Amino acid sequence: MANLTTTFAGITSPNPFWLASAPPTDKEVNVTRAFEAGWGGVVWKTLGEEGPPVVNVNGPRYGALYSADRRLIGFNNIELITDRPLQTNLDEIARVKRVWPDRAMVVSIMVPCDEAAWRAILPRVEDTGCDGIELNFGCPHGMSERGMGSAVGQVPEYIEMVTRWCKQYSKLPVIVKLTPNIADIKPPALAAHRGGADAVSLINTINSVMGVDLDSLLITPNTGGTGSHGGYCGPAVKPIAQAMVAEIARTAAMKNLPISGIGGVTTWRDAAEFIALGCGNVQVCTAAMTYGFKIVQDMCSGLANYMDGKGFESIDDFRGRAVPSIVDWNQLNLNHIEKARIDQDLCIQCGRCHVVCEDTSHQAITATKNGKRWFEVVDDECVGCNLCVSVCPVPQCITMHALPAGAVDARTGLVVSGEYANWTTHPNNPARVAA
Amino acid sequence: MEGQVINFGPNATMPQPNIQPGRLSACQYADNFSDAHPPLTSVQVLIEAERCYYCFDAPCVAACPTGIDIPSFIRRIGEGNERGAAQAILDANIFGGMCARVCPTEVLCEQACVRNTNEDKPVEIGLLQRHATDAYFAAPERDDSPLFTRAASTGKRIAVVGAGPAGLACAHRLAVLGHDMVVFEARPKPGGLNEYGLATYKTTDGFAQKEIAWLLAIGGIEVRYGQALGEHITLAALTDSFDAVFLGMGLGGVNALGIADEQVGGVGNAVDFIAGLRQASDYSAVPVGKRVVVLGGGMTAVDAAVQSKKLGAEEVTIVYRRDEQRMPASAHEREWAQLNGVSIRTWSVIKSLTANTGAVTFATFSKVAEVDGRLQETGEHWSLAADTVLKAIGQTLVLADAGLAAVKLRAGRIDVNEEGRTSLPKVWAGGDCTFGGRDLTVEAVDHGRIAANSIHNALLPAAARPLTRVRDLTA
Repeated sequence: MANLTTTFAGITSPNPFWLASAPPTDKEVNVTRAFEAGWGGVVWKTLGEEGPPVVNVNGPRYGALYSADRRLIGFNNIELITDRPLQTNLDEIARVKRVWPDRAMVVSIMVPCDEAAWRAILPRVEDTGCDGIELNFGCPHGMSERGMGSAVGQVPEYIEMVTRWCKQYSKLPVIVKLTPNIADIKPPALAAHRGGADAVSLINTINSVMGVDLDSLLITPNTGGTGSHGGYCGPAVKPIAQAMVAEIARTAAMKNLPISGIGGVTTWRDAAEFIALGCGNVQVCTAAMTYGFKIVQDMCSGLANYMDGKGFESIDDFRGRAVPSIVDWNQLNLNHIEKARIDQDLCIQCGRCHVVCEDTSHQAITATKNGKRWFEVVDDECVGCNLCVSVCPVPQCITMHALPAGAVDARTGLVVSGEYANWTTHPNNPARVAA
Repeated sequence: MEGQVINFGPNATMPQPNIQPGRLSACQYADNFSDAHPPLTSVQVLIEAERCYYCFDAPCVAACPTGIDIPSFIRRIGEGNERGAAQAILDANIFGGMCARVCPTEVLCEQACVRNTNEDKPVEIGLLQRHATDAYFAAPERDDSPLFTRAASTGKRIAVVGAGPAGLACAHRLAVLGHDMVVFEARPKPGGLNEYGLATYKTTDGFAQKEIAWLLAIGGIEVRYGQALGEHITLAALTDSFDAVFLGMGLGGVNALGIADEQVGGVGNAVDFIAGLRQASDYSAVPVGKRVVVLGGGMTAVDAAVQSKKLGAEEVTIVYRRDEQRMPASAHEREWAQLNGVSIRTWSVIKSLTANTGAVTFATFSKVAEVDGRLQETGEHWSLAADTVLKAIGQTLVLADAGLAAVKLRAGRIDVNEEGRTSLPKVWAGGDCTFGGRDLTVEAVDHGRIAANSIHNALLPAAARPLTRVRDLTA
């Protein structure tokens, strides 16, 4: 019987679903609703230092990217950190923690990059009774212009320095949140690790501009005529987040560094994928902002039923299990041959597989056969690229099949060897090594 | 009972030359009595599930008498969590499988769906619910994590009269809470109308019995068959030897036509015809008339009429006393009847039956009109040739037990409060035998569950649970 209780960076929560630091975790009223719905924990919206808080624009703050049927798949925000006084936030955090002691309460912090600023805020946060802190080195707008947010997240030395201060001046577990607006996620992650971080969380939002209003020819959304880049999130960013999580999980030096997965987690499947890639829990924002807090119940149900079906009692039983399957490109087996196959019983004859293969790929799918409209894969041309599978509107209509050893690849005339061989030993590779 | 329709009237032993079995070929019987509304394919399931908007405080949930969390179960189907979908459904409605097949969703959840506003096509909630429950029942329990487990025994014993949806829903809920149940059922099989009343093409493959077998597997429920209230058991004995009693006996009587010649051959109750047909394993052995008249306007009338046609009757006519819009059968059901070749005649009441050698040959009707809210004959008459007349003009509560003489009634049914309590101490009731509602299966399930929670709270006040649902007595 699956037990969703998770301990992450020493913090225990009844399930691995936390809300990320964002508008949903802005105030006591939001967080209370979240806990009533069943969320395992929250990261409170980022606190700034004592003094007049930042101000947000008063509309609009969000933009959206839609797929068919007006389903939100990408989301953009220009909200800043908390725009309420520091003490108001601290009082609310303490109150909520007392009412919900079994839920994880982590507080996100962003103050200027100097030791005094961190020394001042850390004890005040610790006194709330919260379970941990998350360092926001990721905000790509608003704060970066002031030398905070992603301005820090892009400089590994700063990350290491601030992390060290937090470990020095507070007893709380320190989670370092990483920005994806960077060429290689490993240096910032390693810097956090060297600084003593108890965990990293990623990704924060991605630099984005949502669109242009074609009537006014202004950036959209805009605030009375002008707009700025914002932070992109939602289902569309999940593959980017997963790539970065996998990079960290694959790096030997960080193999014991807990990772909190963030980026497009919408269903239990997304969470399970992040966990299989090495995450100890996940943080959700856009999905809650799209559907409301109730989705956590469906996520818990799905994850628990999946785990029961697989015989996993806790998420530790499958955490990181997919990581060994991720290798560098030059390690892929070039002797593995796949061909696509169209199930004519399921085919609804829309023809899109044909036109995309014909226009943009390898001209390996027919459009007619014996004068009739008919879509069939031509093995002579098929390179097994999977494009047709990706565009077909009917699930399972087109599937990929690996050729067994001994079969002839109609495209090359070669016999499938069944032996593993990669680019590093390929005759075409000028830098090849002996097999 | 198998393969034999109940012959009607006092001349039941006389051969009725126009009432014959075997009017159709084996193929036609198979076609006619297969699933009227086949399940969704796996591709259709995904398309339909993705149409749901996951509304807040969803109108479909409010429209469902058992308050199933529809957005959640649909979302779970779309996410490949079919077991979780079944969990959400069965938590609220233990007969979620049968309800998915027979609920008039067109007047319940689907008519409330917000997608009707712009599209006139709601999410196919009923078919999605069927998909989730079918998937679950195909492979129900994983030994280590059953959907329902029985709490430790409370030592309390509760009697249930009637193993229909109301009684069994009550019994299951109380068994989960740890109580011991004894269900007294008059017929040889459990299920009530689920087993004896619903049209065959709605419940193929012996689904009713399979569902009940799964339900009883919770443990703690003993069903005793051939036990009719007032005949084999008495309410006084039950209230004496049990800590509480739930009455779910349904409606055992049928309204009479109130004309002379009602007792001729070929005249019978629609519910008896339907029950006999449900128990038949070989449809070609079930006799049916050539010209069938069904009196009444509810789902029983429609089911009897449509099934007569499906058995091969040549002409089937439903005759209702008012206009079509006021028929208790929904527009969807009326369309279904007409699609199956049944004629619907309105504003007519039966006046007399003509018989020949003891079997009916003609039915004569009076046209009526509504004057000051009451029906009055207009003076015009018409007749139909008929060898079968089925009465579906309403069922009545039969109070067969002296102990029920004192129970408070309302409009001829047992009056209950919002927790399902009757006016008699220790006695609760639910389903068709009680006042309120539209006599739907789903409402019976809701009544049973509400009463179970109320009984539990009454017997164990220290372990009382908050009553999240109470009965709606406005309908």
